Amino acid sequence: MTSIEQTDVVVVGSGFGGAIPAYHLAAGGARVVVLERGPWLASHEFQHDFLLGSSYTRIFDFTVGDGMSVLAGNCVGGGSVVYFATMPRAPRFVFDRTGGLGRRMWPSSIDRDTLDPWYDVVSDALPVTEQTWDDVPFAGGLFAAACSRAGRTANPVPSAIDKTLCTNCNWMMAGCRFDAKRSLLLNYLPAALAHGARIRPLHEVQRLTRTPTGGYQVHYDVVDDTDYRLTRGTGVIEAKIVVLAAGAGATPVILQRSAGALGTMPPAVGRYFSGNGERLNTAVVDEARARDLLGLDRGDGTAYEAYQIGRGPCVATWDKLDDSLPEYSRFSLEQLYFPPGLGTVLAQVPGATGPTWFGREKKEMLRRWRSWLTVFTMSEDDNEGVFGAPPQRGNAERIAQQMLGRGSLRYDPTENTLRGWAESDAEVRDILERDGLARVRPWTNDQVGAYTVHPLSSCRIGDDPATSALDDRHELRDHPGIFVTDGSAVPGALTVNPALTIAALAERAVPGLVRAAQRRGVAVSYGAPSPDGTRTRALPPPLAA
Amino acid sequence: MAATTPADPATRATLEAFADTIIPGVKRSPDDRAIAGVEDDPGAVQAGALEVLADPALGLAEALDGMAGLLNMHAQNHARAGQHILDPAVPPFVALDFDTRTALVQELTDPSHPEREVWFGVALFCTMAFDSAPHLPTAEALAQGHPGLSLVGLRRPDADGLWRFPHFSYRRRLASVHPHTTATGSPA
Repeated sequence: MTSIEQTDVVVVGSGFGGAIPAYHLAAGGARVVVLERGPWLASHEFQHDFLLGSSYTRIFDFTVGDGMSVLAGNCVGGGSVVYFATMPRAPRFVFDRTGGLGRRMWPSSIDRDTLDPWYDVVSDALPVTEQTWDDVPFAGGLFAAACSRAGRTANPVPSAIDKTLCTNCNWMMAGCRFDAKRSLLLNYLPAALAHGARIRPLHEVQRLTRTPTGGYQVHYDVVDDTDYRLTRGTGVIEAKIVVLAAGAGATPVILQRSAGALGTMPPAVGRYFSGNGERLNTAVVDEARARDLLGLDRGDGTAYEAYQIGRGPCVATWDKLDDSLPEYSRFSLEQLYFPPGLGTVLAQVPGATGPTWFGREKKEMLRRWRSWLTVFTMSEDDNEGVFGAPPQRGNAERIAQQMLGRGSLRYDPTENTLRGWAESDAEVRDILERDGLARVRPWTNDQVGAYTVHPLSSCRIGDDPATSALDDRHELRDHPGIFVTDGSAVPGALTVNPALTIAALAERAVPGLVRAAQRRGVAVSYGAPSPDGTRTRALPPPLAA
Repeated sequence: MAATTPADPATRATLEAFADTIIPGVKRSPDDRAIAGVEDDPGAVQAGALEVLADPALGLAEALDGMAGLLNMHAQNHARAGQHILDPAVPPFVALDFDTRTALVQELTDPSHPEREVWFGVALFCTMAFDSAPHLPTAEALAQGHPGLSLVGLRRPDADGLWRFPHFSYRRRLASVHPHTTATGSPA
């Protein structure tokens, strides 16, 4: 009989929620194994290519649900490899949200003041830097100018991008070829590896069982490196502590599947999912009016025609992040690039007389693609997402070899959420359609439901056991030794990009994790400094990975 | 893997007619029946919609004959309800005119239709064929003048196949920042 591999800590997932605890626990002396279901790519493998099977489909997952589709990272480094690296802190009022609970959603121990020191730590480690107007690509500049003309403010948003290396190629969703994006491959993950952590790509955790001594067995499948529908074996690792950070679309599914062996899960596991209140509007800009009304000129007489140029969202308007407004009426609007491929079909034709998302008028809209401007709403939804029964493996029935799957998430937006979206649509129209600058229309929600690139809250922290799966130290209620540190743990929508908040919460959770590990007999200490943000080359996969 | 298309001519013509409804194009020849010909330049069919649908990476290849059959059944029912006589020389969906094809696709992708996910999925891949050519290396597709990438105006990469935009900014302040912005550039 083969003996089962033993370690101190298994971390499931290698995005912000996994990489940060993995580093600190390894640096403190614990034996750490990170299981990541996606592949591990070197920088030169991040391709500028829409070809099926290129990095664009290898490292990115699009999971269709019932009323909500989720886009998420699927690789070593998780969301940090595919995201746009826009890193604002969450506004103060967010921490006082009550949502549908009638009481504060967040644990009483957390507010903006208590989280700020952790935001500082992560901001130094990645690092996150401010942007000046000189750094803002044309699309952001256009949006800022339109906001200003409409009497709004607009801000260049802090980001985790090395501007000296960035080429403004807008291929960020396929991974950064130039190591300009400060993903976790440039800080926490190499630091974890330097302290002996082991990272295993293409290891998809399916479920947990308990050992007689109160530890956990982590059961995984090894996934084929090309056709993710196929598996190449199975395995088990035993650990004293398990850190779940598979993402808000996957962490609760692992726990649901484990309930048979571990016993009843807290009622909030797989409930209260938030799509961060996200919504997209696409505008088609009138180039002549952009020149005449906004005075824009790229230097060659062209006013804009620059949708393709840039690095995701760089400018946001925060006028509606106003704590005097009622809950659900607060949102940010961010200029965004959404690359060709998956999203285009959902963009609706402004003023269409026939079908809104396909047909002759859609083709005419495509003819003006260079003059598109997409505006991204992040609002306050009602945590209305609920996961159904888990699929046979993973978090989706995979349809294609890569990227596309069907998950069990059901999301039926409430009147509150719908009202917030309607108010943000009206705000976008007021800014962009003024004096014929552009024509704008929201993406259709009729086909794949709403969509989020920032899944949250499906296994959240809180003070109330009935509505939160985790205590304020991120430990799963009634299941000591299991921690959740990814976006699942965030209590609700943040009205801004959530990566910095997820990372700050993960940093904040580490001291508690270390104490729990010590109580379970792990020789580990807390206090190693976070990475200093100076590494310039991404961590390549080991040859044998 | 080399791109292939469905072998059965009826399947091919039916799915081409569907793709042409999503992003319409010019006829390939005067006797082209699958493409309705409501546009003067190429559409999803010329962009490679059938190659994308049949790409093994998407996992649909074996279902295409069944999908075409189903689509033709819907076309027949639609024609019967509207008392249209269909030309028996071509598959029923191909026999519909462009506006009727459009109306049927709207019906099949309506949120209340039980097969919506199937038909939206096909429409998604047809759109992708046009605006991102996922069956071809992108730089190669651009160099070859892929009709969809050309129409949207996707810019060409540098000689090494990578995109760089050294001139990317208006480089001037274009709005006032929010009065409650912190020293690190975040909302207060």
